[in-house]
Amino acid sequence: MTGNTEAIETFRVEAAELLERIEQGLLDLSRKPGDRALVDEVFRSLHTLKGSGAMFGFDALASFTHHCETAFDKVRKGEVVATPNLVSVVLAAQDHMRTLLGGGAGDDAVGKDLLGRLEREVAIASGSAGPEPADKTEWTILFTLPPNALVNGCNPLALLAEMRELGDCTVIADVSDVPPLDALVANECYVSWRVTLHSDRPRTEIEDVFMFIIDDMKLEIQQAGSKAIEPAASTAVDVPAEVSSPVPASRQAESRSLPKGGESVRVPAERLDELMDRVGELVIAQSRLSQIAAASPDLNLRAVSEDIERLSNELRNTMMVLRMVPVGTLFSRFRRLVHDLARDTGKSIELTTEGEATEVDKTVIERLADPLVHLVRNSIDHGLETPDQRKTAGKPETGQVRLAAQHAGGEVVITITDDGRGIDRGRVRAKAEAQGLIVPNAQLSDQELLQLIFQPGFSTAQTITNLSGRGVGMDVVKRTVEALRGSIDLTSKPGVGSEVSLRIPLTLAIIDGLLVRVGKGRYVIPLSAVEECLELPVEQDMRSRGRSFISLRDSLVPFLRLRELFQTGTEPDRYQKVVVVSTGSERVGLVVDQIIGDHQTVIKAMSKLHEDVAMFSGATILGDGAVALILDIPHLVETGQNQEAQLRKAG
Amino acid sequence: MSDELEVLTFDLHGETLALEASIVREIMDMTAITVVPGASALVGGVINFRGKVIPLANLHLAFGMEVGPTTIDSRIVVIELELDGTFTFIGLRTDKVNEVTTLDLTKKEPPPSIGMRWRPEYVKCLVKRGGEFVVLPDLHSIFAVGSHTTGGTLKAVA
Repeated sequence: MTGNTEAIETFRVEAAELLERIEQGLLDLSRKPGDRALVDEVFRSLHTLKGSGAMFGFDALASFTHHCETAFDKVRKGEVVATPNLVSVVLAAQDHMRTLLGGGAGDDAVGKDLLGRLEREVAIASGSAGPEPADKTEWTILFTLPPNALVNGCNPLALLAEMRELGDCTVIADVSDVPPLDALVANECYVSWRVTLHSDRPRTEIEDVFMFIIDDMKLEIQQAGSKAIEPAASTAVDVPAEVSSPVPASRQAESRSLPKGGESVRVPAERLDELMDRVGELVIAQSRLSQIAAASPDLNLRAVSEDIERLSNELRNTMMVLRMVPVGTLFSRFRRLVHDLARDTGKSIELTTEGEATEVDKTVIERLADPLVHLVRNSIDHGLETPDQRKTAGKPETGQVRLAAQHAGGEVVITITDDGRGIDRGRVRAKAEAQGLIVPNAQLSDQELLQLIFQPGFSTAQTITNLSGRGVGMDVVKRTVEALRGSIDLTSKPGVGSEVSLRIPLTLAIIDGLLVRVGKGRYVIPLSAVEECLELPVEQDMRSRGRSFISLRDSLVPFLRLRELFQTGTEPDRYQKVVVVSTGSERVGLVVDQIIGDHQTVIKAMSKLHEDVAMFSGATILGDGAVALILDIPHLVETGQNQEAQLRKAG
Repeated sequence: MSDELEVLTFDLHGETLALEASIVREIMDMTAITVVPGASALVGGVINFRGKVIPLANLHLAFGMEVGPTTIDSRIVVIELELDGTFTFIGLRTDKVNEVTTLDLTKKEPPPSIGMRWRPEYVKCLVKRGGEFVVLPDLHSIFAVGSHTTGGTLKAVA
């Protein structure tokens, strides 16, 4: 297997998926201990892992997995009950497999310890079930391997040996299909076998011997006495249902996990990113083309330009979908986290998830993982009470943590809700005062007080458990979310629970914006923030010199003159416009000189040298090749407020 | 370090400055500059460089010079510089680009402690060439994040 690094890499990826599937199966199993389908699923994955692990030289992994497989085999046969303890041990064993898979030799002691625990749990669990007495049955098995079986690494001798383990057997090889020597291809398999087996094992186990090749081969298993095998059967009878489909077994398993069916291709994420960049530049080039075409009298040019516009739009939409991943992939890893936390804290926790099918850009998902882990840990560690405390408070003993995702406009909203004790305002205030974040007895609104927990270095936990202290504070959570152009909201009722909601844009690469002109510069306002546009009448403009707000359907909306904020030094246009934007909690009007139109743009990050400029979240290249800056609404409003405060002070 | 250094020389308000040729990526004609409100005057704008948005710096301001009007000789020199571990493209506004040449480093001198109105940390060294001095600016200290607190008005608008 030297020089086969690529194959090994592929194995690693597949093994990681298998481990994922095993983990999910185990977690489901801990809730529904009797579910046969789940037991089978876990067993099958373990079996595949062992088999292909050995094939690619991961011997330690294979032999370790073998023991878990054996244990699960017993569960499958009903000899052993899948007790919560057993599931926990196998979960831990699964982590060890991950280490072994990583290439590290792994700690032998850990492995031994796990196996010892496994043995004990199996012994305990088997006491409660007891093996079912089974009579030996006589089976007749006829099988023919596909001609290319040997080339694909299948060893008939190993199959026969495995069958011998099931019971006494008599093997007869049928060599009638072997061609004369000059027509014989040395590495093809011409032999079929007839095996008579005396065994107390069920039929499924015999089928399992052929697990890896069952889709390609011809196999017939007959129980003696039920029906005599007709002589014609020696010419081999097809396996019912799957008629020698060319799909290898592992693919088959994969498509099972994708209920939608269809084939899938694994592509490195960087290639997708490259493609995205190209598409982005294509969109820019296309809009330049359409500008030229619009100015040209040539009808052919216009037709071509329109075609290209349509194509590049479709291409971009397809591209966006390619990068979308259901948020369920992110949620699923929390089940393990909650399982472990419940064990460590002694709390009884139920995690419910909603909206797993909600699709979000891959990058967003990756970057959200850590903050979400932190938030869920916080909910469980600080929010949920112990069962005793919950009983005293008159709540059900099992605490609820809910993870939900849903689309809202161009954003996805992810909420983490718990029904714990809520945030203790008194403690937040005391802590903030102790740390000098606020002056003692400062007047704060409830929201302001809650926002304090996002300050760097803030923690209300009085005792530090091993759950906290991963170096990720709430301030990091907030920063990460803001870096994704998202926002974070927190509501909490004492004794009832807390809810954290993250609003994140669907994608980081492309933004729907409103292109406006202020002075000589053009700017993009994210369309997701825009509520409406209206004209600022001259008289209103004159009148509102002293007070910067307009009345909009009986509510007051303060506004900022971008011309003044950006110090353009130009005269205002005669007909200025107000773009009303929402910053989540409030509405603010932005006075611009002209609204050019909506504009879908590829976001380019600002360079390091402009990191300190908070008013802009990025830049984009317009159709004519010029650069327009994208406004960062929350920061812009903040800057405006500061500027006004300074003016007030000066005046 | 060898005694010779290949550089690109350019004019800035009557002075001759030089950049290591190895960091120069492209010499562009003046293009549309987008002013970034709120940014320091030294890097007060951004430009489109091959589909990327890169900052445009006015070295004039680092050396206390006035930014002259755009002339037929004005060029943007695009360099690639490592800042805090990441390679960043930066456009430098120049009054005129001269030539790629070799400087004899045996004739270099450290920036004098007096007799110079420039911030000494911005000058790597002076190299005598002919009867003139060529200034090698220390781009890393000029663009060190947070150092350019020159502030001032945004006069550098093209």
